[in-house]
Amino acid sequence: MTLGISQNSTSLQGRAETLAQNLPPLLARAVRLADGVILGEHGRRRAGVGGDFWQYRPAVAGDSARAIDWRRSARSDQHFVQQKEWQAAQIVTLWADNAAAMQYRSDVDLPTKADRAALIALAISALLIRGGEQVGLTNMPAGRGHVQLQRLAGALSSQIPLGTDEYGSPEIQTIPRHSSAVFLSDFLGDLDQLGTAMTQLADKGVGGVLVQILDPAEEAFAFQGRTLFESMGRGLRHETRKARDLRERYIARLGARKQALSEMAARFGWQYHCHHTDAPEAAPLLWVFHALEAHR
Amino acid sequence: MLMLGPVGILSPWILLTLLVLPILWLLLRAVPPAPVKRLFPGVILLIGLGDSDSEADRTPWWLLLLRLFAIAAMVFGFSGPVLNPESTAQGGAPDMPLLVFMDNSWAAAPDWAQRIKAAQGVLDKAARQGRLAALATGSTTAMPDFVVARKIAASLSGMAPLAWGQKYEAAQLWAMDLPDVQTIWISDGLDWSGRNGLLQAFENAGPVRVLEPVAARMALRPITVSDGLIEITALRSQGAGAKEIVVLAHGPDPAGIPRELARLSMDFPAGATVAQAQLSVPVQLRNRITRFLIEGENSAGAVTLADDSLRRRRIGLAGDVSGREGLELLSPLHYLRNALTPNAEVITGAINDLILASADVIVLADVPKLGESDQRDLAKWVAQGGLLLRFAGPRLAAADTGRGVDDILLPVRLRAGGRTVGGAMSWGQARAIAPFDATSPFYGLPIPDEVVINAQVLADPGPDLAARTIATLVDGTPLVTQKTLGDGRVVLFHVTANAEWSGLPLSGLFVKMLERLAVLTPATRPDAASLVGTSWVLVETMDAFGTLLASQVSASVSGEAMGNLAHAGAPPGLYTDSNRRISVNVTGAETTLKPAIWPAHITPEWGGKTSARNLSGWLWMAALAALAVDILAALAVSGKMVRQGPSALIIAVAICLPMGFSKGLHAQDLRVDGGLISAASAVTLAYIQTGDRDVDQVSAAGLAGLSNQIFRRTSIEPAPPVGVDLDRANLSVYPLLYWVVTPSQPVPSPAAYARLRQYLASGGMILFDTRDAHVSGFGGTATPTGRRLQVLAEPLDIPPLEPVPEDHVLTRSFYLLDAFPGRHLRGVLWLEAAPADAKLAEGMPFRNLNDGVSPVMIGGNDWAAAWAIMPSGAPMFQVGRGRAGERQREMAYRFGVNLVMYVLTGNYKSDQVHVPALLERLDQ
Repeated sequence: MTLGISQNSTSLQGRAETLAQNLPPLLARAVRLADGVILGEHGRRRAGVGGDFWQYRPAVAGDSARAIDWRRSARSDQHFVQQKEWQAAQIVTLWADNAAAMQYRSDVDLPTKADRAALIALAISALLIRGGEQVGLTNMPAGRGHVQLQRLAGALSSQIPLGTDEYGSPEIQTIPRHSSAVFLSDFLGDLDQLGTAMTQLADKGVGGVLVQILDPAEEAFAFQGRTLFESMGRGLRHETRKARDLRERYIARLGARKQALSEMAARFGWQYHCHHTDAPEAAPLLWVFHALEAHR
Repeated sequence: MLMLGPVGILSPWILLTLLVLPILWLLLRAVPPAPVKRLFPGVILLIGLGDSDSEADRTPWWLLLLRLFAIAAMVFGFSGPVLNPESTAQGGAPDMPLLVFMDNSWAAAPDWAQRIKAAQGVLDKAARQGRLAALATGSTTAMPDFVVARKIAASLSGMAPLAWGQKYEAAQLWAMDLPDVQTIWISDGLDWSGRNGLLQAFENAGPVRVLEPVAARMALRPITVSDGLIEITALRSQGAGAKEIVVLAHGPDPAGIPRELARLSMDFPAGATVAQAQLSVPVQLRNRITRFLIEGENSAGAVTLADDSLRRRRIGLAGDVSGREGLELLSPLHYLRNALTPNAEVITGAINDLILASADVIVLADVPKLGESDQRDLAKWVAQGGLLLRFAGPRLAAADTGRGVDDILLPVRLRAGGRTVGGAMSWGQARAIAPFDATSPFYGLPIPDEVVINAQVLADPGPDLAARTIATLVDGTPLVTQKTLGDGRVVLFHVTANAEWSGLPLSGLFVKMLERLAVLTPATRPDAASLVGTSWVLVETMDAFGTLLASQVSASVSGEAMGNLAHAGAPPGLYTDSNRRISVNVTGAETTLKPAIWPAHITPEWGGKTSARNLSGWLWMAALAALAVDILAALAVSGKMVRQGPSALIIAVAICLPMGFSKGLHAQDLRVDGGLISAASAVTLAYIQTGDRDVDQVSAAGLAGLSNQIFRRTSIEPAPPVGVDLDRANLSVYPLLYWVVTPSQPVPSPAAYARLRQYLASGGMILFDTRDAHVSGFGGTATPTGRRLQVLAEPLDIPPLEPVPEDHVLTRSFYLLDAFPGRHLRGVLWLEAAPADAKLAEGMPFRNLNDGVSPVMIGGNDWAAAWAIMPSGAPMFQVGRGRAGERQREMAYRFGVNLVMYVLTGNYKSDQVHVPALLERLDQ
């Protein structure tokens, strides 16, 4: 099992130290965050495989003798079989974007977007696992239980920034059919690519939520003067003589993108939410959780 | 040289660089300010967005203009611009002899050094041209010789202005016969009579050029007193613009130390040449004032000496206080009181009270007999300098006081009864007063006919009666007698103080007699008539610079010759006739200062005022300032102001800061009060506080710098230097006193001089620094500090001096030195002369000199300035230029180290003389 403490500690010693720790900080934060959420009813309200009692029904031919509830049957002449409430676990696949663009923060007091995405992802995982669901990442198979949570924490906190990719796009091949997906990204990359992915997911019966995570500076664009803007991977650059003049147009473009995301989500039955890194992290957590509840 | 208006350019070809400016304009325009680089993920949303305008890629025009200005200022700065460069034209034919005529009145004194410098410049130029020249002043009585100009220049430094008005009569006589000469007239700027005539004479001989400083001349009229207020009238020669001056009243404080006693600021309204103000000071203070002067004006005209007319004497009347209250006009004191009240403070009371009230004069009118203790107290008071004035009367005539025996409080023995002449019951006429004797203090007073004496008390003839009689009646009987008693006098009028016995108290003669007796001080200076027949001795004389010196001559001046204004026969100063003191000033009550008016074809000029001024520094500073502003402007334009603004501001301020600061230094308070123990426990260098803050700061910083170097280089570890107040400090703990002489330094009190003498006698040393080596060789009186040094050092027992001889121990007490530079390089250092019989020591390059350390060293190299460091340790002043300057500073420090070593080790190094003898003895 690999546990990491942060993206930055790549040295052997740092990793060794984090191995020794029982609970990675990210997981601790995520669990504390998830503890604040009180879960409501979770049963499927139908008989099935589960732990909780649902109903008794008369035994019919084909029921195995082991299935008969002898205590109930002893009170009458009939044989009864005890049925449990169906508690089939749902599979939720998370994608916390970790591309270069996600490493941005406009102020040292703010977390990077990737940080925030990982935190929210892990907190959701904690909630879902507590609810008995199976949670996985796009690059990690789904599982349940505390061990899976530890594994998720390790994977999320040891994510290494992808050097070359400016903007991330989700791996959808590993997402199982009829499951749910949670995409956490700034969605500044190619929208067409996202659209294609969502179309394929819709074909597989996968629904989910899009959480757009943005830095406040990306929203406000409070720059002025002669400026050379560079993308985080240094791959893209744009020079302007008067940055202030660009503000209106930039904000319009950003608005258009949000609109497009929102529409795309609606088209495929997904839900869209925009979160800023200077806002409290509990808000998107609740929203995501309820959105997933609604989707089930 | 290229002239652009008043500015001359030394290297005009550098200005060609200005042609580059248009190219720079194009270049700078094309280069936009460097962009800020920002990481920003949202850049993908920006791609394709163009800039709406194309303005910002060009440097804004105002920024360009700023930069071009900076560069242009640099170029101009390097081209050597000089404001008001001295034109080389001297005027006149180059082979024409040159006459330099200098006004030498008191009005020339304030800027005398500049005048000498101007004359020097003119003569130097003449010397370069090989012209003949002559130097003359208003007091030159014969045609000056025209000789090679170089020889004349040498005699300049010996010239001094005279402490009275300008006279042209003597010069006019020889000016008529001048050959063809060019005249350069260095004028004092005042319109003295005879100026036009002399100018005419000079113009007949050749072209005339006038050098005249533009600054207005200032003067004080003699002060007058009215209604207890001192009226001060200040004059100036030019009325342009309002001006404020400060008039100071100087005099000794109760401890006898000369101090500033009062200060009054006066305003000349614009256009006015006369300013008047009234000063009210308490009587005690007023009686101590010795002179008034205009602050900052060093001339005899700006000083007016106070004499007895300023003093109000306190006169105690002890007379008949019993009975006869209703008969006011018959009171023996009535006429006295009326005569005295306008000009003196009159108090009445018992004798004891009068003595306690420290009256100057006590008047006893017809008081025959005093009590035993009163008599003793009064005699003691007289012996201490009091003046006892007694009047006779019926009761004195009736009493037996002084009858047959000498009464200590009566000048003569008296006969019983007195006599009455010219009355109804007597024979003979009432007697008139005989003309006063030449030895009498009343000599010269006119005697009115109507004053007759009807009755008097008679003196008993005795051996000293004639000597004690100072006024007699026509029949030879004494009218007024006086005798001296200790330091004081007893004077007896043989008549009453009222009109009972004589008409004397009713006459004006009575008041004049009281004045002569110094009972009364006149409210104004005695007029010429009342001076007739008097004789005066000059006790303190004033030179043209307004400095008071004890008079060297003791010849007396007759009252007639003294006149109203100072002149050659009666120089300004304080005169005394043993009882009274009157002052003679260079100005009178009607004096006005009128500026000299020159004919239209003569324009007075003055090199000193519009002296050449190098503008390079200012231009470079402007360029630097522009560049500093450019830093901020460039940041603002490129949007970095927000983040980097504060640091840029700091840089800009740091660049601008040195421009504003020249004297930001605050010297620590180095007063010695309480620091005596620390001064005694470590070697402490001390300087004498001059009262001039700036000078004292430099001295403190200089000694701090020297202490620093001594600490670094030698095993002496000096304590921080201290400033010494001569009136208070205990000098015995300081090995060395550094004394900077300033022109306005007050003379220390006699007590301070006594301490200084004691200090010097017990091995102390004073280094006098006149700081004037750049303008004069030492020893002349040409500089104000040189003159001041003479005044300051006069009471000290200074041995004969000589310039430091080559073999003096000072040249090798630590470093080997051959010169003693400070901030100035050339000054000569003087110290105690070696005895004439010093012999060259055998086998040694120096003489076998006396023991001991020279008590004084005198020089003018401004050492403190060369030594001075700021608290940061950096030098405070620039010395010399470049590396040579640093070398000079190093040599100054070496001199300081040698000096302190010399002071501390004395002639230790001279003992090397004895080394051969010691070695020889060791061998045995």
